[in-house]
Amino acid sequence: MTLLNEAPAAVAAAGSVTGPVTGPVTGPVTGPVTDRASARAFVDACVTPYANAYDRAGRVPEDLLDQVARAGLWAPFLPSAYSGADMDMVTLGAVHEEVGRGCSSLRSLLTVHTMLAWTVRRWGDPAQRERWLPELASGATLGAFCLSEPGAGSDASGIATTAVETGGGWVLNGVKKWTTGGQRADLFLVFARTATSIGAFLVPRDAPGVRVVPIDDMLGTRASMLAEISFQDVVLGRDALLGPSGFTAGMVLTGALDLGRYSVAAGSVGIIQACLEASSAYAAERTVGGTPLARLPLIQAKLSDMVTDARAARLLLAEAGRLKDAGDANTIMATWVAKYFASVAAARHAAEAVQIHGANGCSPDYPVARYYRDAKVMEIIEGSSEIQRITIAGQAERETTI
Amino acid sequence: MFDTAQGQILEFVRGRYPQAEIDAEQDIFAFGFVNSLFAMELVMFVEKTFGITIPNEELRIDNFRSANTMAALVGRLQNEPVVA
Ligand SMILES: Cc1cc2nc3c(=O)[nH]c(=O)nc-3n(C[C@H](O)[C@H](O)[C@H](O)COP(=O)(O)OP(=O)(O)OC[C@H]3O[C@@H](n4cnc5c(N)ncnc54)[C@H](O)[C@@H]3O)c2cc1C
Repeated sequence: MTLLNEAPAAVAAAGSVTGPVTGPVTGPVTGPVTDRASARAFVDACVTPYANAYDRAGRVPEDLLDQVARAGLWAPFLPSAYSGADMDMVTLGAVHEEVGRGCSSLRSLLTVHTMLAWTVRRWGDPAQRERWLPELASGATLGAFCLSEPGAGSDASGIATTAVETGGGWVLNGVKKWTTGGQRADLFLVFARTATSIGAFLVPRDAPGVRVVPIDDMLGTRASMLAEISFQDVVLGRDALLGPSGFTAGMVLTGALDLGRYSVAAGSVGIIQACLEASSAYAAERTVGGTPLARLPLIQAKLSDMVTDARAARLLLAEAGRLKDAGDANTIMATWVAKYFASVAAARHAAEAVQIHGANGCSPDYPVARYYRDAKVMEIIEGSSEIQRITIAGQAERETTI
Repeated sequence: MFDTAQGQILEFVRGRYPQAEIDAEQDIFAFGFVNSLFAMELVMFVEKTFGITIPNEELRIDNFRSANTMAALVGRLQNEPVVA
C-alpha cells in the first residue's frame, strides 16, 4: 500500500480542490429503509438538502455513509441469514430511484456496492459468503467495481489487467480507471484476464501493491469519489476468485453489470422525477410578463413530457425488477431497455429543467444544473447509449407479442 | 409446448435464435452465438424452469453443449440433494 492509499478522508482532502463539505449532515434520525416511502423520507431528511454541497466538495462525508448504514441501505437485498433484509428487487429499484432523486453520487456509491455484494451472494462459495456478506450488508466493508481501464471501456474483452495463477493463488497486475467510490471503498471487485478467460477477483484495498489515486473534477456524479487503481504484483489467495472459471466466467461480469444497469436505470428515473418536481415548482412560482411559466404552452409541453417519461421509465424499471424477482431470464433484456430509456429521458429532461429555470438553472442556487451534469453520466456508464442500442437491436428479431 | 426437459430447453434456445435450425443433439456452441448474455439467460432459464441451482463446478461447457446434455444435467441435479 502506498501513501496515496491511506485514510480515505486524507486522500479526499489531498485530492480535492474544493475543500471540505459545508452542509450539516446530521439530519433527523429515521428508521430503517424498507420501502419507497421510508426511502423518500430518509432522502428528504438526510440527502437532498446537502446534495449540492456534496457536489461542490467532490465527495460525500463519512457521516452520510454512516447514516446510510444505519438506515440499512447498503445491501438490503441480501438474505437475513447474512444480516440483510431480504428486500425484493422491485423494492430495491424504488429505493435506488429515491436515492437517485436526491443525489446521483450517493446512488452511484450504492450501485457499485450493490454490484459487488450481489456478485458475492450469487457466485461466492459458502466460505466467501460467510467472510464478506455480513460486512457488506452492514456497510462495515464498502465495495467498488473495477472493470474499465485506461485502454478499455465499452469493449470489456479488451482489458489488459492480468491474474496469473501461482501455486497457492493469484498474482494481479494492471490499472483500473474511473472506479466509482474507489477513493473510499474497502474491497474491489476486479476483472482480470486469466489463462483461459476473464475472472472476477475480490481484492482488499489494503493488500500490498494496491495504489489508489483520486480522480477529481468529473462532469457529473462529482461526489462519487472516483479513483484510478493500480495493482502491482498483488498477491491473492485462492479464495480471491469468485465464480466458475471457463466458458461461464463471463456470466459473473454479465450478472454484475445487469444489477448495475438496474440501479442506474433506477437512478435515472429518480433524476427525471427530481427534474419534474423542481421544474413544476419553479414554473408555478416564476412569472414572465405577469403570467406564471406553468401557463405557457411551450413550458407545459416540457412538463407533460416529464410526467409521461417518469411514469414510463418507472414502469420499465418495475417490470425488469419483477422479472428479477421471478428469476426470469427475460430480466436481462428488460433491464437493458429500462436503462436505455430512462437514461436518455433523464438527459433530455434535465436539459429541459435547466431551460425552464433560465439563468437560475445555470446557477448553483438550484439543483437542476447538477441534474443536468449527472444525467449526462447516466448515458455513458453501465453500457453507453450506443452499446445499449446495439444490444437491444439484437432483440428485434425475437420481439413478438405472443 | 414440450413436456420433456430437452423439448423445453430447445424451445427456449429456438425462441432466442429464431433464424437458427437447431435440434436436441446439436452443439449450440458451433453456431457461434453463445455469448455471456445468452449463457446467463440460459442458466437462469434452466434454474427457474426446473427448480434447481446449478453449482459453480457444473457450469462447464460440456454440460451446456446441446439440449440433450443440458437435460442430462437437469436430470442429475434433480436427483441430488441440494447443497447450498
Ligand atoms: C462518472 C463515471 C463513473 C464510472 N464508474 C465506473 C466504475 O465504477 N467501474 C468501472 O469499471 N467503470 C466506470 N466508469 C467507466 C464507464 O463504464 C466507461 O466510461 C464506459 O464503459 C464507456 O467506456 P469508455 O469511456 O472507455 O468509452 P469508449 O468505450 O472508448 O467509447 C467511446 C464512445 O464510443 C462509443 N462506442 C463504443 N463502442 C461502440 C460501437 N461498437 N459502436 C458505436 N459506438 C461505440 C461509446 O458509446 C462512446 O460514446 C465510469 C465512468 C464515469 C464517467
